[in-house]
Formats: sequence, structure tokens, C-alpha cells
Amino acid sequence: MTVITPASEAELADAVRSANAPFAIRGGGTRSPAATRPVLSTAALSGVVLYEPGALTLVVKAGTPLAEVEAVLAEKSQRLAFEPMDHRPVLGTSGEPTIGGALAVNASGPRRVQAGAARDFLLGAVFVDGEGTRVRNGGRVMKNVTGYDLARLQAGARGTLGVLTELSFKVLPVPERVATLALACDDPSRAVAEMARALGSPYEVTGAAWDAARMLLRIEGFAESVSYRAGELARLIPGLVPVDEDPWPALRDGAALAETQRDIWRISLRASHGAILAERLCGAGAKVTLDWGGALLWAAVAPGTDLRAQMADLGGHATRLRGEGNIPALHPDPAPVAALAAGLRQKFDPRGLFAPEG
Amino acid sequence: MELPRPNPMVLERRAEIVARLKEALPADTVIDDPRGLVAYECDALTAYRCPPLAVVLPRSTDEVAAALRICHAMDVPVVPRGAGTSLAGGSLPTADAVVIGVARLTEVLETDYADRIIRLQTGRTNLSVTGAVEADGFFYAPDPSSQLACAISGNIGMNSGGAHCLKYGVTTNNLLGVTMVLMDGTVVEIGGAYMDAGDLDLLSVICGSEGQLGIVTEATLRILPKPEGARPVLMGFDSSRVAGACVSDIIEAGVLPVAIEFMDRPCIRACEAFAHAGYPDVEALLIIEVEGSPAEIDHQLRLIREIAERHAPEVIRESTSAEESAAIWLGRKSAFGAMGQINDYMCLDGTIPVTELPLVLERIGELSAQYGLGVANVFHAGDGNMHPLILFDANKPGDLELCEQMGADILRLCVEVGGCLTGEHGVGVEKRDLMTVQFSREDLEAQLKVKDVFDPKWLLNAAKVFPLAVTEGRRP
Ligand SMILES: Cc1cc2nc3c(=O)[nH]c(=O)nc-3n(C[C@H](O)[C@H](O)[C@H](O)COP(=O)(O)OP(=O)(O)OC[C@H]3O[C@@H](n4cnc5c(N)ncnc54)[C@H](O)[C@@H]3O)c2cc1C
Repeated sequence: MTVITPASEAELADAVRSANAPFAIRGGGTRSPAATRPVLSTAALSGVVLYEPGALTLVVKAGTPLAEVEAVLAEKSQRLAFEPMDHRPVLGTSGEPTIGGALAVNASGPRRVQAGAARDFLLGAVFVDGEGTRVRNGGRVMKNVTGYDLARLQAGARGTLGVLTELSFKVLPVPERVATLALACDDPSRAVAEMARALGSPYEVTGAAWDAARMLLRIEGFAESVSYRAGELARLIPGLVPVDEDPWPALRDGAALAETQRDIWRISLRASHGAILAERLCGAGAKVTLDWGGALLWAAVAPGTDLRAQMADLGGHATRLRGEGNIPALHPDPAPVAALAAGLRQKFDPRGLFAPEG
Repeated sequence: MELPRPNPMVLERRAEIVARLKEALPADTVIDDPRGLVAYECDALTAYRCPPLAVVLPRSTDEVAAALRICHAMDVPVVPRGAGTSLAGGSLPTADAVVIGVARLTEVLETDYADRIIRLQTGRTNLSVTGAVEADGFFYAPDPSSQLACAISGNIGMNSGGAHCLKYGVTTNNLLGVTMVLMDGTVVEIGGAYMDAGDLDLLSVICGSEGQLGIVTEATLRILPKPEGARPVLMGFDSSRVAGACVSDIIEAGVLPVAIEFMDRPCIRACEAFAHAGYPDVEALLIIEVEGSPAEIDHQLRLIREIAERHAPEVIRESTSAEESAAIWLGRKSAFGAMGQINDYMCLDGTIPVTELPLVLERIGELSAQYGLGVANVFHAGDGNMHPLILFDANKPGDLELCEQMGADILRLCVEVGGCLTGEHGVGVEKRDLMTVQFSREDLEAQLKVKDVFDPKWLLNAAKVFPLAVTEGRRP
């Protein structure tokens, strides 16, 4: 397949303008199988544009590898607080995840439950729409309500409204200390109830997950603070003990499910409904883990299973991350909402150049 | 500032429009007598006033939809309204518009502490959201100073912020879902008591769309457990520049207070007279609040103190009681009101990169001298959201115009140093004509496309946000 790798925003805009068939937009290519269309790669749009640790802001080109972004921030003891997941373990892909790809899928890890998603840390974006027009929205300041928030609309749009070229983020300091506490628990309902207790406490839990055997909590901050909070949480939830390992990257990436031959789903739903659905799915033999206090459910199920049929009464939505078949990967929106989304795509990409693959 | 000429075809049909509304809705829902309409002629940007054609105050989403269907069918412009506290003229009517207000939609529909959400009707005031959950140890984080009066609907309209947003984010970071009625009467549910969007994150553009995409009647909001405790510290400096440098240093050091607020002398004096909070009489005052257990608070304040000492503060004083803390915040949150008792003023709302604070404060001082108008500064320093208050005399011919010119210069300065025109108050009519300073024609066109999709006839609040010349041809 052809791969077009524009060296600048202007070149990218030209490529879009002169195109007459759909592209496959690629950052690092970690989320996508082999392309069946000409690839439009952001690989050459790479590098940090501006980094002001004192203002907690980073402006970066969209094709910059995440690893590079994280290294630059680490030098100043800062980080991307939204903990973007790495899709490689689950999808068995190679390549280097990019910051643009992370934002385009709103990739958000365990800390979402407390700190927010990629979208919450986004300050601004530049993108090239389906007509080859460069659009700048937002900026690089913490508070900005000037005009519509088209930058945030790109988070999770999967590139269907435009090719991201530059992004600005709020970054945060790396905490002095991190602690993980675990409670042996194989019952998802109990795990969700205990997580609710922890998340409803003032101890600022920055991770609350269930790995099918244990309920796990994370606390971060100044060392003294972390020990104090760990103590208070253990008082609140008897049986909670500190663990030395760091389970969060694996939880973030759904790694526990990667080994199976099954389809992998990621379901966003109300935390208490996470418990209900987990019970149902575990009962039916699925492999399940929970994150975000129950509000994110990971499931590995038999190939071809339509998980949505099993959660119709629960609300929320399910994305199939791995697997094939006729079932759409994204959860269909109700008709009037879908009409708005389709209307926006028609406006920003009238020729359907960025339409989802497959 | 200019409002578009009212559509004569709409004005001519006024009687018919009112009759159709009255026919479809309970009698006490529609206001059309001139005396009743005057109450809706402006919002908190009181320099501009215009009574609407009629006002509708529905009691349900269905009634909102019924009113919108009629306006849509008859091509009548609509201005959505919450509590009318916008400082940008966001809910300022035009003479040919029907104002649809959500003031009667104030119910809490559901609270769930396990899932940490509240669902409510959007006419409910911001403070009473926290009021509904605080006995159980929870709160709703965004806290605009106007929180006693402003409604969640307006908060969503403007993506409002507040003093504690440094830690907790603004409205968009705390909004999970909405029920919204489109201009043609279609009711859409977007988001809900869960975190991710299914397909496009439409809430992103709805929040902060200033009533131009639909009328939001219900919302699901994230609520948070109250911190164990919180304590503000006051720090006085002999110059604004030094106070600004201290703020940057605190942020760079990795301490993250919940709030860092700044006031200069004119503002300090006005607030002190109003709230008797014990503010020191200094050139520049920082109010810094941290949260946690008593030991955690002590620890963070120790770090902050160490940084501040390097900047030779004139005063550092920690609050010693809950009453004192409350008075400190009352003073800050009454700043606009307190200044208003002394002087006419215009309140700006630009945001700048925090690192530019010292420079921008200096340049504002120069502009103040150049224009001969005083400036009082009070703002959210932690996130660079500035609220310079330009003092003028409303009775002195030409003073308002001079003040507006100076305001525009300050906002241009904000954009020039890498910031934006408005951090939390919104564009409304006030900053509409400055949008081209921050955005190119293409940038604006992309935003207009969103409105084209949600409101193809351009009937909802269409005279706002974008320069009239830019929306010419789209507006009816
Ligand atoms: C003294 C004072 C202090 C303030 N302090 C702050 C502050 O600290 N932080 C801050 O952010 N703001 C502040 N504001 C500004 C103002 O209070 C906020 O913008 C507030 O959110 C407006 O809410 P409201 O209900 O009064 O909305 P309104 O003024 O009625 O409307 C605001 C906007 O929202 C739209 N809107 C209203 N209801 C709906 C609806 N149901 N559906 C769709 N759109 C709707 C309107 O059309 C308008 O564009 C302050 C104002 C005053 C007067």
C-alpha cells in the first residue's frame, strides 16, 4: 500500500486536498491492522513545540511518539496524568504509539477515575479537515471558553473529523510516592462496593480496579500523605494490604486478557452496573476485569459474541477492541444523536476521506 | 456593540406567535406584557438591554420542546436563559426573540453516592447542587463566584469555572450527560452516568456553546467526596510582579493547591470593607488554599511558605478557624459586588500562560496610565485566568467607550502572549467582535459548521459569539 508521509502541515493539507479516495490515517499504527487504503502517516510531524514546566503546559506535534513525550516530561518530573493505554499487548500490533493517536481515541488509563481522561487534559488542537483546511482551536492555557470546543471534540473522534497535527496538554507533576493496596476478593459486586467506599472517601484514590482475584487501590502524593491515606483506607476497608508490585500498567492495557484467543471488549458504563454486568459475564464464562471503580469493564468473550445484547438494560456502551465479524466495533448511538454525529462528519469531511476503515 | 436589526417579519407576527405559544402551553408559562418582559431585558452585562418579544418559562422538557417547535416552525429566534448572570451578554435578548428560561426546572432527579453522580434539572442553582449532597459528605466542584444565583444551565452554556477549578476542573470536566432539546423540538440524550462517549464526544461542544446548539433541560454531574479539611493562607507582597513570580514558582515546584487567587490593593480594600476578612493592606494579595487532613495541610503549607519566603512577602497568615476561612472566601467571592459599590467597572476575563503573569500585570498598569482609567485586579492566578476590572464613570460621556477600548487592548495582549479572550465568562456579545483577534477565518468557519448541524436555521442565540459579519448569510 502507498504510504504518504507529509513533512509538514502544509504538505499534509495538500495531500488531503488532492486526494480522491479515502485514507487510512496512521500515527504509530499500534491500533490498526494492515491498511487496505493508502496510508496518511503523521510520523514526520513529530517533536515538542513548546514545553513550559512552570505553566504545566506541553505543545507537541501529533506524530510524536508517546515514549518521547513521556521522556521529555520525566526530565522535569512531570507526566501526562491521563495514563494513555498501550494497545500493543491486546492487539498484537507493533509500532510506537503517538500522542495524536492517544488523543484520537481518548486513551485514558486507571487515573481517569480521579484525574480525568485525555480529553480533560487537552488544551488545544490543530487539525486538517477533509477539505484540506487547517483549523486551530483552543490554545495552550488552562482555562479557555473562547468559541466552541472543537479541540476536545477530536478526543475520541478517531480522526474522522480531521487529521490532528498539533496538540497542547496540561501536564502534572510526578508524585513523590505511589502506593498500591490490595484486598483479596473474587466477587465483582463486593469489589465494586468496596471501590465505591474508597472513591467516596476523602483519600483521593487515583486507581480503583478489580483483576478478578483482588480489588486494587492506588494512592499518590507526598510521602507522608500517602502513608497517612493508606492507613485510613485500611481502617475503612479491613483486609486491605499494601503490595509491592505495580499492577497499573497491565490493568491499563487490559494485558490480563491479551493471552486469550477471544474477542476483547471495553465497556464504559455506570460503576454499579459494572458489577451487574461482571456477574452476568463471569457467570457465562467470560474473563472480566474492572477499572474506574467499576465504570470500565474489560471482557474477553467467545469470538462473535454480541456483548451489547447482554447490557441493553444497563446503559453505557461497549467497544469491541479485538475481534471481527458483523457486529459493529463502536456502539451505535440512538438515531437523533447519530444524526448529529453524521452531520458533523459530513461538514468536516464531505468526501468521506477519513471514514472509518472496514 | 451592535445587535442585528430585529426581523420585521417576526415582529409583525408577534400576536400570532404569542397566541400559538399560549395555546400550546399552560397560561402562566408565557409572559408577553411589557412590564413582565422588562425583567428579562438584560443579564449581568447591564450596559446592554433589550426586552424580548416574549418569555416562556416551561415546567418540563416536553414544554421546552413544544415552545421550540412553534418557534422553529415560525422562524422565530430563541434566546435560552438560565439565571441571567452572564457577564458577557450571553442571555441578552433581541427584540424579535423569544426567551426560553429554565428557572422553573429545579428538581433533583437522582443522587447516587456509590456512583458519585447527581442528575437534575438545569434551572437549579449551582450552590444548591452542593446543597443537595453536602449533608452526605459530597459536593459539586465548579464554584463560580455567582454560585448562589447562577444556574447549572448557564454553567453548561458558558463552561463556567471558579476558584477551585485549579484542582477540580471546570464544568466540562464535571459534566457527564445532558438532556437537550434541539431547535426543531427533537429531544436528545447525550452521555449519562458513565464516563466515555460512545462515538463522538458531543458533550465537548455542547458545553460552552453559549445556548447556540440547543436548550439543556437536564444534566448528570459528577459529585465528589468532600476533602477532610481545607485551609487558606493569605500572603501579601509589595508588588504584583513579585506575587505573580511566586505563583509560577509554586506551580513549578509540584505543589498543587486547590486554589490560588490574586487581588491587588484597590480590590483588597473594597473586599475588606465588604467582608471584614482581615485582609492585609498590601499591594498584592494571594489567597492559596490547600486540602487534606490537618497534617497534610500543614505539610503543603510548609512547602508553599518556603517558596513564598524567597519572594520576601510582607505578610503570611494562615486561617486559624473555619469562620476565618469562610470570611476569607466570602471576601474573594464578593469581589465584583464589593467593587461595584465603589465604582462602575467592566470585568475582563482573559487567560494567559501563568508564566506571563508578571509581564501582563505590568503592561496592564501601563495601559491604565495611558487611558487614564484605574484598574483593580482580582483573578484565578493558578490557571492564569485574569479578571482585571477597569474602573470608569458611567455618567461621564465617552467613558464607557474608552473603557471598552482599553478592555479590548488588554484582551489583545492576552492573545498576544499565548492566551485567550475568555477563560470562563464566555464570548456573548461582549467579546464577539474580538474573535478575529484569536481565530482565523477558517478557524471560525469550522465552529460555524457545528452550529449549522445542530441549528440549521440559525435561530438559537445567533447574534452572539461570532462577529456579525462572519455569520452574515447564515442568520435569517
Ligand atoms: C458577580 C458575578 C460573579 C461571577 N463569577 C463567575 C465565576 O467565578 N466564574 C464563572 O465562570 N462565571 C462567573 N460569572 C458569570 C456567570 O455567573 C456565569 O457565566 C454563569 O454560568 C451564568 O449562569 P446563568 O444561569 O446566570 O446563565 P445565563 O446568564 O442565563 O446564560 C448564560 C449562557 O448560557 C446559555 N443558557 C442558559 N440556559 C441554557 C439552557 N438551558 N440551555 C442552553 N443554553 C443555556 C445562555 O443562552 C447564555 O448564553 C459571574 C457573574 C457575576 C454576575
